[in-house]
Amino acid sequence: MSITSNKLSTEQYNKNFQDIHPPFETIDAAKVEANRCLFCYDAPCMKSCPTGIDVPKFIKQITTGNVKGSAHTILSSNIMGAGCSKVCPVEKLCEGACVYNLMEEEAIPIAKLQRYSTEKAMEQQWQLFERKKNTGKKVAIVGAGPAGLSCAHVLSREGIDVTIYEKEKKGGGLMTYGIAAYKVTPSFCEDEVNYILSIGGITIQYEQELGKTIQLEDLRKKYDAVYMAIGVGLARKLAIPGEGLAGVVDAISFIYDIRNNGFNQVPVGDKVAVIGMGMTAIDAATQAKRLGASEVTMLYRRTQDEMPCTEVELNIAKLDGCKVIWLAAPKEVVGVNGKVTGLIAEKMKLGEPDAGGRRSPVPTGETFLLEVDMIIKAAGQTPFQQLIDNNNLENNQGKISSKNAVTNIKGVFAGGDCVNGGKEVVDAVQAGKDGASAIIQFLF
Amino acid sequence: MADIRSNFLGIKSPNPFWLASAPPTDKKINVLRAFEAGWGGVVWKTLGSQVKNVSSRYSAVNFGGHKVMGFNNIELISDRPLHINLKEIEECIKLFPDRAMIVSLMADNNRDSWHEIIKKVEDTGAHGFELNFGCPHGMTERGMGASVGQDPEIAKMVVEWVMEKATIPVITKLTPNVHSVVPTGKAVVEAGTNALSLINTIQSVTGVDLNTLVPNPYVAGKSVFGGYCGPAVKPIALKMLTTIAQNEVTNKVPISGIGGVSTWNDAVEFMLLGASNVQVCTAAMKHGFRIIEDMCEGLNNWMDEKGFNTLNDFIGKSVEKIIHWEELDINYHHIANINQDKCIHCGLCYIACEDTSHQSINLEYGKPYNTYSIKEEECVGCNLCQLVCPVENCITMEEHRVAPEYLNWIEYQKRGLPLNDH
Repeated sequence: MSITSNKLSTEQYNKNFQDIHPPFETIDAAKVEANRCLFCYDAPCMKSCPTGIDVPKFIKQITTGNVKGSAHTILSSNIMGAGCSKVCPVEKLCEGACVYNLMEEEAIPIAKLQRYSTEKAMEQQWQLFERKKNTGKKVAIVGAGPAGLSCAHVLSREGIDVTIYEKEKKGGGLMTYGIAAYKVTPSFCEDEVNYILSIGGITIQYEQELGKTIQLEDLRKKYDAVYMAIGVGLARKLAIPGEGLAGVVDAISFIYDIRNNGFNQVPVGDKVAVIGMGMTAIDAATQAKRLGASEVTMLYRRTQDEMPCTEVELNIAKLDGCKVIWLAAPKEVVGVNGKVTGLIAEKMKLGEPDAGGRRSPVPTGETFLLEVDMIIKAAGQTPFQQLIDNNNLENNQGKISSKNAVTNIKGVFAGGDCVNGGKEVVDAVQAGKDGASAIIQFLF
Repeated sequence: MADIRSNFLGIKSPNPFWLASAPPTDKKINVLRAFEAGWGGVVWKTLGSQVKNVSSRYSAVNFGGHKVMGFNNIELISDRPLHINLKEIEECIKLFPDRAMIVSLMADNNRDSWHEIIKKVEDTGAHGFELNFGCPHGMTERGMGASVGQDPEIAKMVVEWVMEKATIPVITKLTPNVHSVVPTGKAVVEAGTNALSLINTIQSVTGVDLNTLVPNPYVAGKSVFGGYCGPAVKPIALKMLTTIAQNEVTNKVPISGIGGVSTWNDAVEFMLLGASNVQVCTAAMKHGFRIIEDMCEGLNNWMDEKGFNTLNDFIGKSVEKIIHWEELDINYHHIANINQDKCIHCGLCYIACEDTSHQSINLEYGKPYNTYSIKEEECVGCNLCQLVCPVENCITMEEHRVAPEYLNWIEYQKRGLPLNDH
């Protein structure tokens, strides 16, 4: 047992990480599905989209051959519509609400259709939006993730000049750095960011980190408004003995490395335990398997009924051969010579519902040992509390307090994961739009 | 098992499904394939004048993702040498003696030409003729096809020439490119035709290519009006059929129904409205001859379910059910009802009624599913909601008579009852 990189051949990596949801190859194929759409009125799919994309309209536009109009319909509600079509948990959003579900019929493949139109738009570099006359106003945005980019695009359309400060070398935020490579490739993310920027009026300053190379106070002086879209980032600690042993990694950095360094550069164990059952846990477990781990076991404190990921996601992990142990909580990491050799976990049972309505796990006292050489922590992320406190932003356990994107500091707005604690990309895009509205109201 | 054998003017066929005079029936190889597949008979593609066809020849109208809802052609009558056609007709009859072989004719516009071709075709052993007075393109410019069928006097004259010579049954095929098919129908029945068939194709432009700006079908940068057929024309054909079935002169002869027949259901509808058999073309051109299997089986099962033993038990049964508007019962009223258990909350009924009808559907907002219900006092019973609903039997029209007795418009006026009251 050992943690090594370069476990597989290039062909095998490429096969393991190929697009999990292949696109429609032709317009004819897209039309077969588009024509199934009933064109609902006040459509449940549209109401279930956090960005409110007019789904029936964009699908109808595919059937008439107006793909450009279709892309415009999508992107005017969600500028990251292309990326969202690949990463949204549509089974609990638009597709989950499709009325065909009520007929026990397959839902319309909304995401796949959305991907068709938006990828066509990116491929053809259609300029679907025009900037209004320059207003002379300037806004700074901290973070080039979905919320920041979405906010920037709305502001730019209104003739406002936007500068985004991004701590990484690329834009896109978690879309670029935090999602399984078989859903979106890093190069797609780069293309999407460039397509969003192609409207003009938006500059991104890379490798600029708040509290280090830039300060909120300076931004407030230099710009008419500041939008905070800094996301969350710190992996939640397990707070158990042995967490510091070599071989314990957090899912965020594991996924970051896969996206940043290339598949053969990422070390992975033979027997891997993944703690957690959210989307990130799934992405970490499946990718550990796809990088060549022989055995991946996911541990979750509660049962399938309470898991944060969708069933579709769980099935991806199961089909990849990942094992799942329900009702098990990590208790201690054990190791030899400073390296992980196992995980002691405690069996749990379900108790009373917690504040969120989910039944709480209760320890039983019974433990078991799982022999592993790598442990990936995916038990959630925590906000940048220190940074937020340092900047005197009112917050709730590190989540910036805001009312309609307005913070306690005049001219400073916030949205996305840094406010909500971490939701879907599509929620961040909507937050960015809301932030832009608030800023526009403030400026004019 | 019901008996679906057909007897049309003494011409027998194992089922009432003939292939219409068209490309599928223009040569032996096709006709033998059709007979092998099970078709009851064919009307051999029109023989007569010498012609020359162009390329291309067909175009279509697609709808809602379905191809060929309507179909149009600019092909002329048979462009194969007459003697080959005659030889092949004879061979087909010999190989399949139990099938109907009708030959469509369109001679030059003089008595001798008609007499000459009639003689030649009868020598093949064919069972009947169908006179092509309907072709709307190419032949009309030469005083043939629809230009005969559009003028009752000319049609009558030609039928008289034919009847002087023909010793086998004669069916006259009517063109729909007229205000009413009845005048020509009456004229040719009076001239002695043994039967009528309708409809031929309808003059049409199926569309314009938005890249080239040339209408379809494309022939060297130009196009012409073509003959329209396929499922799209069925309702028009049924209406014209009904007028022939209801007219006391034309309803004395059997009718062969044509126009968008694609399934056994369509065929039954034509027969209920007075057709003794039906002819099919577009559906076979789209799917091949194999569609005959379900046409026969479906018809058989429907007849069994309905308790009809023979075709004659139901032919014409719906003809009397189409009446004049002023005879309709004004006291009849029905109101839509939405079955909430079946409703999938698509809102299509609501938006149709709200935007374009009588604002009779109530929307109760829900996320993500709204609830829709009928405002009974507002509903005029127009059927629109039911027609657009994607779920079968979700919206039903429930009878709520205004008064028990039958009351028609004529009587309504006499009694001075209120108008414009909704």
